[in-house]
Amino acid sequence: MPVSTEKMVKVFGRPASLTEARFTYCPGCHHGILTRIIAQTIDELGIVERTVGIAPVGCAVFAYLWYRCDAIQASHGRASAVATGVKRANPNLIVFAYQGDGDFASIGTAESIHAANRGENITVIFVNNQVYGMTGGEMAPTSLVGQKTTTTPDGRDPALFGYPIRFSEMIAQLDAPVYVTRQALYDTKRIMDATKAIKKAFTNQLEGKGYSLVEVLATCPTNWRMKPTEANKHVAEVVTKVFPLGDLIDRG
Amino acid sequence: MGKRMLLRGNEVIAEAAIRAGCQCYFAYPITPQAELLEHMAKNMPRLGRTFIQAESELAAINMVYGAASVGVRTMTSSSSPGISLKQEGISYLAGSNLPAVIVNIVRGGPGLGDIAPAQCDYFQATKGGGHGDYHMIVLAPSTAPEAGELTMLAFDLADQYRTPVMILADGMLGQMMEPVELPEPIDIASLPVKEWATTGAKGRDPNVILSFDLDPEVLKKMNLALQKRYRQIEAKEVRYEEAATEDADILIAAYGTVARIAKSVVRMARAEGIKLGLFRPITLWPFPYQPLKELAGRVKTVLTVEMSAGQMWEDVRLAVAERANTPFYGEMGGVVPTPRRILSEVRKHAS
Amino acid sequence: MECSVIIAGFGGQGVILAGKILAQAGMDHGLEVTWLPSYGPEMRGGTANCTVVLSDEPVGSPIVDDPSALIAMNLPSLDKFESTVAKGGTIVVNTSLIDRAVKRGDAQVASLQLNELAEKVGSMRAINMVALGAYVKATKILPLDTVKGAMVRMLKKGGKEKFVTMNEQALEEGYNAV
Repeated sequence: MPVSTEKMVKVFGRPASLTEARFTYCPGCHHGILTRIIAQTIDELGIVERTVGIAPVGCAVFAYLWYRCDAIQASHGRASAVATGVKRANPNLIVFAYQGDGDFASIGTAESIHAANRGENITVIFVNNQVYGMTGGEMAPTSLVGQKTTTTPDGRDPALFGYPIRFSEMIAQLDAPVYVTRQALYDTKRIMDATKAIKKAFTNQLEGKGYSLVEVLATCPTNWRMKPTEANKHVAEVVTKVFPLGDLIDRG
Repeated sequence: MGKRMLLRGNEVIAEAAIRAGCQCYFAYPITPQAELLEHMAKNMPRLGRTFIQAESELAAINMVYGAASVGVRTMTSSSSPGISLKQEGISYLAGSNLPAVIVNIVRGGPGLGDIAPAQCDYFQATKGGGHGDYHMIVLAPSTAPEAGELTMLAFDLADQYRTPVMILADGMLGQMMEPVELPEPIDIASLPVKEWATTGAKGRDPNVILSFDLDPEVLKKMNLALQKRYRQIEAKEVRYEEAATEDADILIAAYGTVARIAKSVVRMARAEGIKLGLFRPITLWPFPYQPLKELAGRVKTVLTVEMSAGQMWEDVRLAVAERANTPFYGEMGGVVPTPRRILSEVRKHAS
Repeated sequence: MECSVIIAGFGGQGVILAGKILAQAGMDHGLEVTWLPSYGPEMRGGTANCTVVLSDEPVGSPIVDDPSALIAMNLPSLDKFESTVAKGGTIVVNTSLIDRAVKRGDAQVASLQLNELAEKVGSMRAINMVALGAYVKATKILPLDTVKGAMVRMLKKGGKEKFVTMNEQALEEGYNAV
């Protein structure tokens, strides 16, 4: 039966802040969804002309290719320090740092904590997929106990390598941050929740409230050696047990 | 020019940076440059500018990277071990074509070394220091007033060539006080707009600051562009001073603090009939190869004196190219060569 | 004309400030000057010294092999620097803390009980100004009033106006004791 298009309303489209460049991410990886959510948020808040994104080192190193806003590629782990420099130099800019778990929670530990502790008026998106994706699947600070990676071939042994670090909980202990939350993207509800959280994190900055951190549990089907559907299920059933979802602080 | 004030070298550099329009300063405490940090802590917020005591040297240089990306004049300062920590960031600044000023008040090394004056970071400063094919302009003041002048110049050169510029001084220059007439402040509003800066993509395509491309051919082009600029800097920005060289048959080659000590030695040597002159590089990179080469053809000996094991000595020998003898006298570990010790070295080589 | 002095003593005896005031006074008098401190851990309780060079032409080396004067506020300072003083130079000796004679026969020596003189004007903390006053008299390097003026400005800059009178007295006490 032919469908009339006369009464159809466009409810979903490519965010204007997203460029035409193709993602370099693997099939089933959540980075793509997250990138889209951020672009949509930039659209909704009408801030593309004053936004500066900070790209990390890691799978998201090309993040500057995907947004129609200014961007800076930072050295490994220092995105929060670079974001600090940008925001302090020009407080009118809306600055977001996009950082993976190795970047944010391992090599950049000091910069991550101290930017939060100073209450820098920035937005940090922390992508936690429990593995170093770009370099070939090595252990991340957030890798689960028993998780097999290329540097823990027999599984992460806490006696040798410690435990997955709950970095957002550490940040949430500080007095300065305004909003610290952990979100996921494994189903529609989580995507909608994460979208709200990211919008709130940007809005906080727009309103001059201070530091917001959105940790996003993401999949890495390639390095987890799982199908995308299995990876989603793994986040829902296993990863969230170690990294519980929800707001850790909300002083907004 | 303002009135004469008695100031420490560290304070002069800090105040000159402010007068050069430095909008953002980020640093971590370390001896012997603490007064620089403290001067900025006291004065930058009063002027509505940014001062952050960073959590580390790494954070400080990366804050500089961020502020430089936005197009403001920005600076960090430290001393030797802290400068080592900044090297990755300096390489990024160079690779990303970002202007910034880095001050190194050098102390004895390697490792923790000590806090006494030294010149043992010459290689690190002039030959790259971090990873990759890059240089930064390196300016070596010899007195506190010159530290002020060169700090002003550093910001101009950084902007003009979109490159990091280092002020390389030592603990003695940082700590000592001298009468200084500070330069007049510049009008920040008069500085040229940096079209490349990440100030928000309004009415233009997005600007991106990066030092990166996975395509070797593209990265090669980026490197060639850097090298082209380095050749321009070498052609235009060589600076040096000659003192008493007209009739000299022996020269001291020295920079920074050692060069000013050597000026006393020149007077002492000439009082006893030794025709001693001084060649003082002001830009350590680009090094004044050509003028030293020309001078070397007119003297018998070029004695390099450094507070290092002989780092600038390598450049001196490259410049002299066996046109003259090139002996070396150096002190290490924070020991400062006194005029008398240098004079006794000069006597050994005087005919 | 180039004069130099090493001022040396315990941390806390104010040798660093005495040097700064002398350098400031020299500058006010129209001379070229350098002031070079020992720095770092020495400032925090150990021995301390600074070198001041005053000249009517630009100062080359701020470190000197043979200073034209030494102010020795304690025995370790005299032991360390006595032999370096130039022939015919001046040595100000704090006999309150130094119980030996100066060995050099070719120097002009001003021996004073600096501690007692400082106490006389009201505080041991003024010992550096007593020493500086004595040095100024012994060397005639600058007018005392110029040194006083530099002292007043430097104390005011540091928010220590209330010590000005005592330090003026201390400078005079040292000056008159030579």
